[in-house]
Amino acid sequence: MKWTVVCPYPRLEPERGVAALVDGAQVALFRVYDGEVYALGNLDPISGAAVLSRGIVGSRGEVPTVASPMHKQVFDLRSGECLDQPGVRVPVYSVRVREGLVEVMT
Amino acid sequence: MKVVVVGHGMVGHRFVEALRARDTTDRWEITVLAEESRSAYDRVRLSAFFDGASAQDLTYDLPDGVDLHLGEPALTIDRAARKVTTAHGMYEYDALVLATGSSAFVPPISGVDQAGVFVYRTLDDLEAIRAHAAGREVGAVIGGGLLGLEAANALRLLGLRTHVIEFAPRLMPVQVDEAGGAVLRKYVEDLGVRVHLGAATTAIRPSQSVNATLALTLSDGAHIPADIVVVAAGIRPRDELARTMGLATGARGGVVVDAGCRTDDPAVYAIGECAEIDGRCYGLVAPGYAMAEVVADRLLGGDASFPGADTSTKLKLLGVDVASFGDALRTDLLDVVYLDPASGTYAKLVLSDDAQTLLGGILVGDASSYPALRASVGGPLPASPLALLAGDAPRAALSEDAQICSCNAVTKGQISAAIHEQGCTDVAALKACTRAGTSCGSCVPLLKQLLAEGGVAPSKALCEHFTQSRAELFDIIRVRDIRTFSQLVAEHGTGRGCDICKPTVASILASLHNDYVLDGEQAALQDTNDHFLANIQRNGTYSVIPRIPGGEITPDKLIVIGEVARDFNLYTKITGGQRIDLLGARVEQLPAIWHRLVEAGFESGHAYGKALRTVKSCVGSTWCRYGVQDSVGLAVELELRYRGLRAPHKLKSAVSGCARECAEAKGKDFGIIATDNGWNLYVGGNGGFRPRHADLLASDLTTEQLITLVDRFLMFYIRTADRLQRTSAWIEAMEGGLDYLRAVIVEDSLGIAEELDAMMAHHVGSYVDEWRATINDPERLARFVSFVNAPDTPDPTITFASERGQPVPVVLGVRS
Repeated sequence: MKWTVVCPYPRLEPERGVAALVDGAQVALFRVYDGEVYALGNLDPISGAAVLSRGIVGSRGEVPTVASPMHKQVFDLRSGECLDQPGVRVPVYSVRVREGLVEVMT
Repeated sequence: MKVVVVGHGMVGHRFVEALRARDTTDRWEITVLAEESRSAYDRVRLSAFFDGASAQDLTYDLPDGVDLHLGEPALTIDRAARKVTTAHGMYEYDALVLATGSSAFVPPISGVDQAGVFVYRTLDDLEAIRAHAAGREVGAVIGGGLLGLEAANALRLLGLRTHVIEFAPRLMPVQVDEAGGAVLRKYVEDLGVRVHLGAATTAIRPSQSVNATLALTLSDGAHIPADIVVVAAGIRPRDELARTMGLATGARGGVVVDAGCRTDDPAVYAIGECAEIDGRCYGLVAPGYAMAEVVADRLLGGDASFPGADTSTKLKLLGVDVASFGDALRTDLLDVVYLDPASGTYAKLVLSDDAQTLLGGILVGDASSYPALRASVGGPLPASPLALLAGDAPRAALSEDAQICSCNAVTKGQISAAIHEQGCTDVAALKACTRAGTSCGSCVPLLKQLLAEGGVAPSKALCEHFTQSRAELFDIIRVRDIRTFSQLVAEHGTGRGCDICKPTVASILASLHNDYVLDGEQAALQDTNDHFLANIQRNGTYSVIPRIPGGEITPDKLIVIGEVARDFNLYTKITGGQRIDLLGARVEQLPAIWHRLVEAGFESGHAYGKALRTVKSCVGSTWCRYGVQDSVGLAVELELRYRGLRAPHKLKSAVSGCARECAEAKGKDFGIIATDNGWNLYVGGNGGFRPRHADLLASDLTTEQLITLVDRFLMFYIRTADRLQRTSAWIEAMEGGLDYLRAVIVEDSLGIAEELDAMMAHHVGSYVDEWRATINDPERLARFVSFVNAPDTPDPTITFASERGQPVPVVLGVRS
């Protein structure tokens, strides 16, 4: 397990995602409204396309979410769980901001 | 136990439905013997058949467990043995229900039996009329009653010049009085229908004239040429079977039944138009339905009896509303009459001698107060006659037993119970629960009113973050000049938004300000399509569609598209909107692709946006030998005017250069068809899941007039429609429908036309091609990377195979 620097923090647009290639894995990074950063697998398990980073970030109740841009299923940014299809989930990655740089653990 | 139903018309069908619904323990086996080769259909809406409805659209669904025999009429009935014989078999019964309906009455006119003369009763009749009318020019209808005017409308819709001949001195003599008939006549004649009153047809002969194949001679000496004659002079009950069975029939026909709809044979019932009850036969569907319900109840041991017929009628004939209710034609009582020749409205209320009780009335031209008035018949006058006639319909005044739906005999009490006890919260639920509003639909506004009075307000909340509708958010954003989603959600919503409200707000901001859609906080609101200014495809690649206004393109530009597609290995396809789709572009390729396209003079086609897509055109008068206007020129002008206009849903348009309509403009949100004198504007059409033809909004417009109306139409739509509501659904949901829309944008009834014009002027003046604005700005280009830490590395999951010489996606790992 190791931390990999992905990009400077300001490179993340507020309430939007970006994709990163970390050790051959596609990771979707999201910066939410309060500045918190989350990281999920970028592959949308429902459509099979690597697109989750391009979804709309928002909230459902208290849960921070991203909606797949393909068919709009909503995922919990904290747990990777799909809130619209029970049993479907995507991997969650540890992520931190250190000295202005975003790092992902793989 | 076995019940055999003879006849599968509207009433026979209703009986089957009612019995199936109530007979929860399946006590009865139901057999239906139908003479027609089709299952029961909505005869009341027959003329819709010529207005785009198919036979299938008009046909009812049969309940499960009913043995229906089409094209197998009952021939003989043995009452002693309780057996029905047909050409194909024999059916035993414990109860027999005659629902044989009526046949068209054909007066004994000389020559009435020759080719070219039709009756107007069944779908087969209509098909025969349509086949005969093809290529013909003139039609005549004998009969100016309800059915005759329906038939006249049918001939009009088939493109024939139409005459109506009525023996009485006014049209619809059974429903309206002389003054109402005069107003009605004016409407009908304004549509080009020639009306001949007080005249009988004495003969129909083959014509010697070159103009028509037949000629009608009238009792006043007039001669009318016609290629087709439709006899709609009334109906006669089909009681011949009952007569052979020896059942009692009325003096003017009809099987005599008692209040339980039973004939003089206790095992035989008769319902609908073939039955004579209280000495009368009813040619309306509502009393027939009431009889069907009575017999269903009786067969299950009930003691229901015929509640008396409500012969109220409301219909839209030839575009004019006509309603008649209660004792409309009594002349020995008080009446209050309102006649406005300018607006073409006539209204009459018939009151009791003390002017306290409403007994009946007639409405011509505007029947909006009909549902409330009809429900008040027999009760105390709920408001002053003047207020009633002015359409200030009584609201809380309806009593519990006031009949809301006369077609299905549903009272206000039953509606209230459905709302409060069965939890109905919308019109659809009320229809399913009570059947109110399922036949003619005229009581639907009352149903909405009762829902509102019952405290049931349909949720208009956009999503969990906003309780407001899109239209309300539009007004809030416009009036308060809110520029960010954060401010809006903080002050008017909850949470942090979602994939529903964020793009909606982004669209509203774009419609209002027309700024670059990805600047500042707006970038976070956009769906991926608007975020990358391209259309996401199933493998995560995007499609690129440059604008090709009106579908017109130079060879040089075509070559550029071909070269770009070749160089970036894109799949190419011609779209339905007359442009070219380049598919399979990865995010990081988009800027380079667009650099080439913009350099060649292309701009964004907004195929990715809820925005104006294309204005299709036919080749028009420049080339086409039939064209009467320059459709390509207009299409290009309109597409350039409205390009980039963001809306609640995508917007499509087309311009046809003549009535042949090669551009399929009637399938568009706004479609334009050339006339000899200018342009006709149609609105509210679409293809897709539920295709709908557009409705004519205004005719023979100059180009300038046309553009003003389209400007207002689009801006009014953008301001007031729901999210993802196409113009068709928007107009259908609009209270007052097309007439209201016309009032707003043509006559400026809301006084907002100037504002709408200014909004559109702002849009047109501030348009900037968003792809050009993107490729010239390094900051904006920064988001077009595959991976933030490896900007030019292609997504390794995207791979292509080859099909018919082009690349196609290979999608991995799809959950099936």
